[in-house]
Formats: sequence, structure tokens, C-alpha cells
Amino acid sequence: MSMATPIVTPVEREDYLNKEYGVASWLLTTDHKRIALLYLISITFFFFIGGFFALLIRLELLTPAGDLVQADTYNKLFTMHGQVMVFFFLIPSIPAVLGNFLIPMMIGAKDLAFPRINLLSWYLYIIAGIMMLHCILTGGVDTGWTFYTPFSTAFSNTKVIEAGLAIFVSGFSSILTGLNFVVTIHRMRAPGMTWSRLPLFVWSHYATSIIQILGTPVIAITLVLVVAERALHLGIFDPKLGGDPLLFQHLFWFYSHPAVYIMILPSMGVVSEVIACFSRKRIFGYHFVALSSLAIAVFGFLVWAHHMFVAGISVYAALVFSLLSYSVAVPSAVKVFNWTATLYKGSIHYDAPMLYAFGFLGLFTMGGLTGLFLAALGIDVHVTDTYFVVAHFHYIMVGGALMGYLGGLHFWWPKISGRLYPEGWARLAALIVFVGFNLTFFPQFILGYVGMPRRYYQYPGEFQVLNVMSTAGATVLGIGYLLPMIYFLWSMRYGKPAPDNPWKAAGLEWQTQSPPTTFNFEKEPVVTWEAYNYDEIDTGHKEEVKVVG
Amino acid sequence: MSDSQATAQTSVHEDLHSPALLHHFATEEQQRNASSFGMWIFLGTEVMFFGGLFVSYLIYRLWYFGDFGAASKSIDAGLGATNTAVLICSSLTVVLAIWGAQIANRKLMIGSLILTMLFGLAFLGIKGKEYKDKFEEHHVPGASFSFEKVPIPGHPDQYANPRHAQIFFALYFVMTGLHALHMVVGLGIFTWLLIMAWKGRFTPEYHTPLEIGGLYWHFVDIIWIYLFPLLYLIDRHP
Amino acid sequence: MFDNFPLWPARASTAAGNVDALYIFLIIVSGMMTLLVFTAIVIFAARYRHRRGVLAEQIEGSIPLEVTWSIIPLGVFMVIFVWGAVVYFHSRTPPRDATDVYVVAKQWMWKLQHAEGQREINSLHIPVDRDVRLIMTSQDVIHSFFVPAFRMKQDVLPGRYTTAWFHATKAGTYHLFCAEYCGTQHSGMIGDIVVMEPAQYEAWMSGGNTGPLSATGEKLFAELGCATCHRSDTQGRGPTLQGVFGQPVQLQDGRIVTADENYIRESILDPGSKIVNGFKPVMPTFQGLVNEEQVNALVAYVKSLSGASAVKTNTAMAQPTAPAKGNQVQ
Repeated sequence: MSMATPIVTPVEREDYLNKEYGVASWLLTTDHKRIALLYLISITFFFFIGGFFALLIRLELLTPAGDLVQADTYNKLFTMHGQVMVFFFLIPSIPAVLGNFLIPMMIGAKDLAFPRINLLSWYLYIIAGIMMLHCILTGGVDTGWTFYTPFSTAFSNTKVIEAGLAIFVSGFSSILTGLNFVVTIHRMRAPGMTWSRLPLFVWSHYATSIIQILGTPVIAITLVLVVAERALHLGIFDPKLGGDPLLFQHLFWFYSHPAVYIMILPSMGVVSEVIACFSRKRIFGYHFVALSSLAIAVFGFLVWAHHMFVAGISVYAALVFSLLSYSVAVPSAVKVFNWTATLYKGSIHYDAPMLYAFGFLGLFTMGGLTGLFLAALGIDVHVTDTYFVVAHFHYIMVGGALMGYLGGLHFWWPKISGRLYPEGWARLAALIVFVGFNLTFFPQFILGYVGMPRRYYQYPGEFQVLNVMSTAGATVLGIGYLLPMIYFLWSMRYGKPAPDNPWKAAGLEWQTQSPPTTFNFEKEPVVTWEAYNYDEIDTGHKEEVKVVG
Repeated sequence: MSDSQATAQTSVHEDLHSPALLHHFATEEQQRNASSFGMWIFLGTEVMFFGGLFVSYLIYRLWYFGDFGAASKSIDAGLGATNTAVLICSSLTVVLAIWGAQIANRKLMIGSLILTMLFGLAFLGIKGKEYKDKFEEHHVPGASFSFEKVPIPGHPDQYANPRHAQIFFALYFVMTGLHALHMVVGLGIFTWLLIMAWKGRFTPEYHTPLEIGGLYWHFVDIIWIYLFPLLYLIDRHP
Repeated sequence: MFDNFPLWPARASTAAGNVDALYIFLIIVSGMMTLLVFTAIVIFAARYRHRRGVLAEQIEGSIPLEVTWSIIPLGVFMVIFVWGAVVYFHSRTPPRDATDVYVVAKQWMWKLQHAEGQREINSLHIPVDRDVRLIMTSQDVIHSFFVPAFRMKQDVLPGRYTTAWFHATKAGTYHLFCAEYCGTQHSGMIGDIVVMEPAQYEAWMSGGNTGPLSATGEKLFAELGCATCHRSDTQGRGPTLQGVFGQPVQLQDGRIVTADENYIRESILDPGSKIVNGFKPVMPTFQGLVNEEQVNALVAYVKSLSGASAVKTNTAMAQPTAPAKGNQVQ
């Protein structure tokens, strides 16, 4: 008998991806991981649509004259860019993709509390998306994503009702996701997984879910009223019929301000996980970071009228809301300081997820600081409704939330797909995004203070140079976004198979297979360690944890 | 594995827990707690949903005090009170249905479920009559709305402003209409519960769907209990 | 700065300096904060980069540090808040003798009526060094009157007046923008604020005059039959309007309101909502019978009945003054 070297055929392990094949197994799945992927595909699709509109907007703004598209078309472009990006990309993004995928695993559960409701959430999102697409393709809507009355109820000639109903349905998707997360986090934690041992990603999603549950119904009823008024001429918001347009604004912003915290809090959760892992230490001030998420959720409900300082509210109301707006800035600042302090005496790696986290820290800090400008009454009078505001919220939503989303996708990609993405390309993409982003949006701060109003498709000639800079940056930014799209897809076929824990990260999700099996854990885990126990992971034993001061 | 082995496995499996236990839960108690908690949260969202309407109502009532009084007087408080009684009775029958499940009294459970639905239908019928009356009196907001020369309660020499009264009716129809829609959904839920009860799915150990369906029904009832005085009973001086 | 590439808006009003000062302070504070955070990140990222054999040090946190970096920012924020509030208060409180200009916004143009009578479309001529108060309403949707050089912006609403004021300090022509999205030609709803030296302004004013706005209002007052009930004595079916503007008015339901521009406007368009104590609710509404410019003229007329020494009030912040005179309200 020859001593031939045995040929070892790699056994394909069963995981959630290969367990079942076929369209039905995906469209009727209740596995939270498959639902997360369904969301990943759908929100990426809508990101492209919203991004396409952004491209057209920036192209139009290359020249002072309105020469690329007609005025009505431009008005539809910025409206639908806002609606698609806010409701169909940003609000679902991290919770529906990363939250859905990770939260059960992070707490040691087999699935979310209500898997069928989770699938229903996705279907509601898809139905809403189809309604929105139909609206876009059959004429679109031009009210601005804020659809102020009486323009939206009595003057616009576009498909306001259809867009309103689409957003209404998408709201239910959001509410059900939030509901699912809250019940899951309360009731499905594995033995030993106390609240103080929860990853900060879970804390931030808990806070986000509270906002989704309490805030979204208010925009839902506002949409009902707008649709009813437009269809039936009720007069609730129309002064000609005895109504008050400011009532609309209060109802709208009561949700839409907390909504921006829905968009940023999950990203903050991602940043906590990434910074801890790539510094190889616990987050500095864990409890403060956890509680600051809750504080942001609570205070976020108290500040809505800072969008209305020049809308015709009384001086006294303005004073109250300005004061409260500064209160919500404190927990955000606390987080940034804690993340920075985590780097101190860490052991820092510069993999792509960490580069995105660094980018987040820088851009969120800048965006958040410009919020201080807007909360100052005297300044807001000048810069509200100008490009200053546009720059502010893009710094937070794109520089903050989107960077967090991309960082999280990179960090957990090996777990989700079982493959490694190409690290070199990923670092390049992170850099391109950072540079492109700043070039796109920093000039807009200047544009705003100089006086260029929002939603203008033609503008005085002296604003052109800054607009050209911004468009140039947008092109770079677009390339930065296309790269991950390409190499993630590439990696699913050609990427190196990923080990179960390529980053040696803390967290129960890393103790599952890459990709995980359908039920996540062989046996229900029993947790006896603190979150971010990087000392144990790196040395095999517990180190003494210092408390400073 | 062979069929007989599979069957044997399944029946052993069912001995270990109720067939209603979903596998991502560790225990039936966890499942019941989660379901109940989920419904309470959902009801919280409904409070916020109706809340926007109540806030709008509150504001306009304060601004157009007399006009709202006049408009409120024109809707039938007798029918409204009847409906209130109907709904309260229906909440009682819901509780009886749950009790029937708890003591394994199938007749009580199913009978109470049917009664609940009958009360619900009665509510909708009475509402329909009210809407018909409003339509005939031209109190439906829109092109044919008319509210001329209606005195403001307490100020017989002053007439209500029709534009302001129209806002009352707009809110009246949206609030009661949304409530009625929730009733219809409730009837749908109870139809499904009735079918499940008929098939014998509920036992003293497991009747969670009845409990959370009941929670929903009680909530719809409570919303009405707020709507009734706010819409029907303001400014009703003798 | 650069004409083709401005990095800072022109500074042409008293408010501009105040706003710019706060803005620069905020830039400095934000700059310092950004520098602090960025420097810390860069230094830590470099100094503590992963090296073989060197472990990270596990640090739980530090309550004194948390308290410090919560309290200090809060303190700084409070300073910013107070400063911003002071600037805002000043910009929201027009001086007593400001010249009125009535503004009617509509899709997609600005119509302006000077108290002295001139009408302008999409431009506003004003003299340097005079307090000007804008009394604005919209004919259709919400617009916003925005003059970057004055650091001034105020939404213009349908159905009521909103006000704003400024005091121009430098002659020149400045942009007027609509800053609240209002439909197709939102970005075309722009105009010029032309600030002139007093002599030039006088010259401009005297050319093409239709008479003061209040005179137009007086004519309308007679034509529409207002004078039948609102007589100059107290014998009319309606309250006399002599001296009423700016004074408190007691209503039938016991409330006391100040007769500002919004009150006068509401009395014309929706008389049933506030009945003066002691009078019957018999005034018909003029909704649909008068347009916004005519309402402005009537308001200007009623204001003129209070004489030059009448208190001019800011509709956003009505302040009751002397108690009601005996011959006006009962």
C-alpha cells in the first residue's frame, strides 16, 4: 500500500446561507440573519436611487443658471433625494441590517422575540418602497421631504398623497422593528447577560428602538392628516379654511427631530464595538456611554421646535427650545470624549473598520459642533434654511451615520458572509470617502453663512466657486461608495474564507461560526464575563482593571 | 430517519412542551411574557398615534372655544352614550371569554367571543347611523359643508363661525373614523380568535392570543372613552 | 471679500455685527474643541499603535473626568445660549419709532408697500440709518424674507402677520432671498434691498407718489362702509377706532388682548372671533372682499388714528401699555 497523502476535501459546514436554497426559502424566512440580508439588498438599492438624485442635484448646481433640469424637476429631485435617503435608507440601515443580524447573537438568543413580525417589517418596507418607486416613476413629488403645509396640502400639483402613504407604510416597518428589539433585549438575554454586560451596540439600539416606538406614530398621524386634508379639503392646516400651518410643523418635527437620533444612535453603537476591538480594551466609561444613549433618546423628544425659530413661534418658546437643545449636546460630547479616552493606552490597529471609526469621530465631532451654532438663536436666524443646515445634517448623517454603517459592514462582514473583504481596497475606500466627504460638504458651511438658501436650483454667480468644489467632492465621494459595493460582491465569491473570529473580538456573536448556523448557538451560552473582556482574550487571563481618579 | 422514528420523536417532543411553544423561546413563560410585552408596546405606539389627533383637537378647542361647543352640540350624544355602553359591555365579554379559557369552559369562552363581536358590530352600526345623519345635515367637511346660523352655547346672540366648526367636524370624522377602523381590525382579530377557540387551541395553560387580543380590544374601548366626552359632551349646558 | 468668491456676507446692518461676533466666537470654540479632539486622537493613535508584546491597559473609566467633561461643555453651552438669546431678543424687538413697510409675499414675488405710499415689486428702497419694520403676510404658501447682509430672516405666513426689523448701516444693494421652499420658482423669488443715503432716498420717494398708505386705507374705510359703525364718536354700533391701536382691549369673554396689527387684521377678516366687551357680534366678515394689500392699507389707517405718539408694538411680543381710555371700550 502506498503512503499517499490523504486528500482532505473541505467539508462545507452548514450555515444560515446554505441551509436551504430557493427563492421561497428566502422570501418566507423567519431567520433574523436572512431577513438582515434581504434588508441589505433593498436598502442598498434605495441608496443608489437617492444617490442618483443627489448626483443630478450637484450637477445642476455646477452652474448658477438653472440649465440642466427644469425648476419643477429640480424640486422633485431634492424632495425625493431626501425622502428616499431618510425613510428608505438611513432609518432602516443599521438597525434593519446590522441590528437584525447581530442583536440576537450578541445577547445569546436564537432569534428575535418575534421572527414573523420581523419578516412582516421587511415586507412593509418593500411595499412602501414599491409605492415610493411608483410615485417617483409616475411624476414624483415636489414638496421637499418636510412637506410643509399649505404648500403640500393645497398648492402642490404632484403626487403628495402617494408619497405620503408610502412613508406611512414605511413607518410601520420601523415601528415593528423597534418593538421587536425592545422585547428581545428585555426578554431574550441568555443567562448571565445582565444589562451591564450588554455590548454598547445593543444599548444604542435599545435607545433607538424607544424613539422608533414613541416617535414614528406621530409622523404617521401627521401623514394621515395631510393626506386627508389634501383629498378632502378639511382645513386643519390651511389658514384659508381656519387651520394653522404651524400646527403641522409642530407635529412634523415632533417626530422628525427624534428621527435624526434614530439615524445616528445605531452608528454610535457600531463605533463603540469597533473602537473597543481595535484598541483591544474596554470602552472608557461604559456606563456613561450606555446611559448617554438613553439620555439622547429622551432629550431628543424635547427639542423639536428648534427647527422653527423663524417660523413664527413666540420668543419665549424659542428660548425654551434653544436651552433644551444644548442639553442634548452634552451626552453626545460625553460619548466622543469616552471614545477618545478609550484610545489612550490601547493597542491600536488600523484595519478598515477602525479607519471608518476614526472618520466618524472626526466628522461627527464637526457636525455636532455646528449643531451648537444652529441652537444659538441669534445665529440660527441667519443660517436656518441655508446651506449651513444642509452641511450640518450631512456631516452627521453621512459623515456620522453612513461612516458607522460602512465601518460596521466591514467589521462584521466576515461573520455575515464567511468571507474576508480585501483590506487594502477597503482602507483606500475609507480614505476616499473621508476626503470626498469633506470636499463636498465643508464648502457648504461657507455657502450657507454667505447666504445661499436651500432648495435653490439657480443662484447668484458669486456662489459658483463653492458649489463647484462641492460637486467635485461629491464625485470623489461617489467613487468611495462604489468601491465597497464592488469588493463586497467580489468577496462573496473570491474572498478568502473567514475564520470564526478574525478580529479576535469580544462579543457572543464572534463565538458563533462564520457564517453562523440558523439557530446561532449549539447550546444556550451562559455569560460570566464583562463586555469587552479584551484582557482575557489577549492574555488568557483577567487583568486588573484600572479606575482613574 | 424513518417515519415511525420521526413520529415517535415528535410525540416525545410534544410531551416536553405545548405545541404552541415557538422554538426560539426557551420556555413557555418567556414566550407568554414576550407576547404580552410586545402587545403593550404596540398599544403604546397607538397612544402616540391617536395622541397627535388629541393634541390637534385640544389646540383648536382652546382657540375656537364657542364654535367647537356649537358643533359638538349638534352631534347626537344619545347615540354616543349608547355606543359607550356597548363598548364597555364588549370589554366585559372579552374578559369573560378569557375567564372561560382559564376555567376550560368552552361554552363561556366561545359565547363571550361571539357576544363581543356582536357588540362590536352594533357599535359600527350605530356609528354608521351617526355618519349618515351628519351627511344629511351637511356637516361633512368639503364642498357641501354648511353650518349657518348655529348659536354658540351660552351666547344666543352669536353664531358659530362655519370655518371653525368645519375643523371640529374634520377632527370628528378623522378621530372617530380612525377609531372605527381599529374596531374593524379588532373584529378581524376576533374572528381569527373565534376560529382558533372553536378548534380547541386554547387551554387553561395556553390562551395567550386571547389575552393579547383582549388587550387590543380594551385599548380601542379606552380610546372611545376619551373620544366620547371630548367630542360629544363639551358645552352641554342645560 | 472677493467679489466673485465671497467667503463672508456683507455686513450692512446693526444686527450683522452682533451675529458675526457670536459666529466668530463659536468658530473659535468649535475650532479649539475640534483641535483638542483631533490632536488627542492622532497622538493616541500613533503613540499607542499596536506593537508586538505590548498589551492594552484596561481602564474602566473615571467619574471625575466624566463629570468634568460634562460640566465644562455644559457651561460653555450656557454661555453660547445666553449670548445667542440676547442677540435674538434684540433682533426680535423693533424700536418704537420704526418706519413700517408692509410686505405681501406670493408665489413667486415680493410686493412691498411703504407707509409713505410707494409700492415696489421685488425690491425695497430704504434709507441708511433708519429703523425699518416689516409687517408681512403671504397670499398663498409659507415664504421667508431673508436678507443675508442684514443677518435677518423671518418666515412669512398666510393668514397672519409676522414682523421683522432692521437698521441698515451701509449704502448698497443687497440680496433678498425667499428662504422657505414655496414651489416652482422658489429660487427665482429674489430681489434687491437698495440702501440709499438719506438725500437720495428722499429723491426716490418723491418721484411717483400715490399718497401715504394710511390715506389709501382711509378711502377704503369709507368705501367699504366701515365708517357707518366705527364712527369717530362712541355712538356707533362698533367701537370707535380712535387711539385704539396698541392699547389693551377687553373682550366679551373677559380676556384682554392688545390691539396690534394681527388683531386689526383678524377683526376685519374674522370679526366673530373676538367681540369687544359691550358690543354685539354684528360685524360682517370682509374675507374675500379685500385683498392683502387692502388689508395692509386699512391697518395703516387704523394705526394712523392713534397719532404719531402711539405705541408701536411688535406683534410677536405684545406689551400692554396705559390702561384703556374711558371713551373707547366699555
